[in-house]
Amino acid sequence: METDHILELTNLTKRFGGLVAVDNVSFSIKRGEVFALIGPNGAGKTTLFNNVTGLYTPTAGRVVFDGRDITGYKPHQVARYGIARTFQNIRLFDFMSCLDNVRVGRHVRMKAKVWDSLFKLPRERREEERVTEEAMELLRFVGIQRQANQYARNLPYGQQRRLEIARALATEPKLLLLDEPAAGFTPQEKVELMALVKKILTRGITVFLIEHDMKVVMGISERIVVLDHGEKIAEGPPDEVRKDVRVIEAYLGKSA
Amino acid sequence: MSQTLLQRFNLRERIRDRDTAVYSILVIAAILFPIVDIYANGGGTADVSQATRAGTFVLLAIGLNVVVGFAGLLDLGYAAFYAIGAYTYALFGSLQLASSPLHHAIHVNFWIMIFVAMFVAAAFGAILGFPTLRLRGDYLAIVTLGFGEIVPQLFYNFDQWTGGINAIGLIDQPHLPFWVQGPWSGDGDVKVVQNFNFNTDPVAFYVLIVILIAIAVILVSNLYKSRLGRAWMAIREDEVAAAAMGINTVSTKLLAFGIGASFSGFAGAYYAANLALVSPDNFLFIVSITVLVMVVLGGMGNISGVILGALVLYYVVFVLIPGLPENITNLASSVGLSSDVAGTIADATTRLNFIIYGLILVAMMLLRPQGILPSRVREQELKHASVQEDEAAVEMTHQE
Repeated sequence: METDHILELTNLTKRFGGLVAVDNVSFSIKRGEVFALIGPNGAGKTTLFNNVTGLYTPTAGRVVFDGRDITGYKPHQVARYGIARTFQNIRLFDFMSCLDNVRVGRHVRMKAKVWDSLFKLPRERREEERVTEEAMELLRFVGIQRQANQYARNLPYGQQRRLEIARALATEPKLLLLDEPAAGFTPQEKVELMALVKKILTRGITVFLIEHDMKVVMGISERIVVLDHGEKIAEGPPDEVRKDVRVIEAYLGKSA
Repeated sequence: MSQTLLQRFNLRERIRDRDTAVYSILVIAAILFPIVDIYANGGGTADVSQATRAGTFVLLAIGLNVVVGFAGLLDLGYAAFYAIGAYTYALFGSLQLASSPLHHAIHVNFWIMIFVAMFVAAAFGAILGFPTLRLRGDYLAIVTLGFGEIVPQLFYNFDQWTGGINAIGLIDQPHLPFWVQGPWSGDGDVKVVQNFNFNTDPVAFYVLIVILIAIAVILVSNLYKSRLGRAWMAIREDEVAAAAMGINTVSTKLLAFGIGASFSGFAGAYYAANLALVSPDNFLFIVSITVLVMVVLGGMGNISGVILGALVLYYVVFVLIPGLPENITNLASSVGLSSDVAGTIADATTRLNFIIYGLILVAMMLLRPQGILPSRVREQELKHASVQEDEAAVEMTHQE
């Protein structure tokens, strides 16, 4: 079932007790585009990400990824089908080397069974060599190959964000979810990040990102959805969304 | 850049070197020990038997290290799997089943049963793990604690089958088609004997446990450097991120549990054959705790450290502390104290035994919290934690 849409959310709702964090949100992401999710703090953006990646189970509604209904799937199943993500507050494996962080990302595409590893069978050894090569390639792709053997936590902040992207790419995703990838970046780093996102697109990966920085959002995304209090208040290309009255109200408050 | 690359290269070499050094020393010590000791004792093999018992604990510690050190799951009932392994062999390698409702003794070869025991223990690990591994941290620890309490009770209470409090004795000992015997077995020259039974030679048991440990070390370090080993580390570091990377956290933890348990089952079967006697009393909570202390003391996550920890603690618990009253009496009388005074001191040490043991543990943890030979990762984690504490303390003083 090949569809134009890589991800379709239909009436997605997530309630925590009385609080409605995501309220009846529907939209679709096209294959190969950069799609942005914006909204004021507490609008429910990360909650929506968590519902897509299986960290939360939606209270109602459906998540269809690449023609498959993945509503309520476990995080590792979602990753296997091809959705990778980064986290708003970086969640690397702090005391593993950068190389190992990326190799963990390859885990889901590796075939070695317990027996292969226990006895270091030739095929396991070959796979390990190949995976190490692939991991180094990804570190080069995001530009931190020189730090390959350092503990992840010893990297500077900007490189940690890059490492998280490399780790996510290692799972061979079709859809990459970036949760505020430019948070805390200098203007220079933001430009570099935008270039990196463009490079990721050339690998045939669709990018779905949450971002606060309007320059970044307007600069790279083709379409935008705006959330406020869990509800979708606008959807469309950057130029339209920027002029939308409800969006301006959500960000700046109602004008008197 | 070339400079930093070189530094990193050296660092990696050093890590590898430390392990190589420790393993070389251990191997040489393992080979020299029986030769020197038997020669020094004029043919006595008591120390070698003692070392064999220590070896069982080394095997247990290596297995528990997979669960606690690699996967970060606190297991307080590890002795349960040890018991399961021991009883698996004891039942199928003795006359016990003749007096059970089965009325027929079953004797299966030791070399087969040691692997059967391994799989049985692993299966019980999986059975216990499956419903409970969704629990985290402390809760899992309590479940394993419960399991560790239940298993010896079962062996007590199903006395129709297990002999209960009467234990199972006269367990078959391993046979080999041929073996090399020498002066140490009490009858003269070095010669090759055929159809060899292990009960005639404690040195044979020693050789066997050293080989088993060597195999265990190789297998476990292979695992550590594999896809699975990385997944364990990832889960220990950040379970949510590991799951988001496609690691099935439940089945990965289950594997850690099962593999840890299988080593314990292995050790159990060996123990049953070596002692030729198993009783539920040998698998109580104190055994689980002792093995856990060995792992922590040696350096969680680092295999060579865990081996050292097991040897050191075994010596303290089973040799140093029990021998203390006698040694102190000897010391006192050799310094010239009267036998009355020496006797009082000996009495006091007997009463203080466990306090001395406790003090040794406290002292070791204060002096070296990361263990005798810590893994690099643990070392870093502890350093990081103490830096954070310092930072927090500085912040507190600023706020005041």
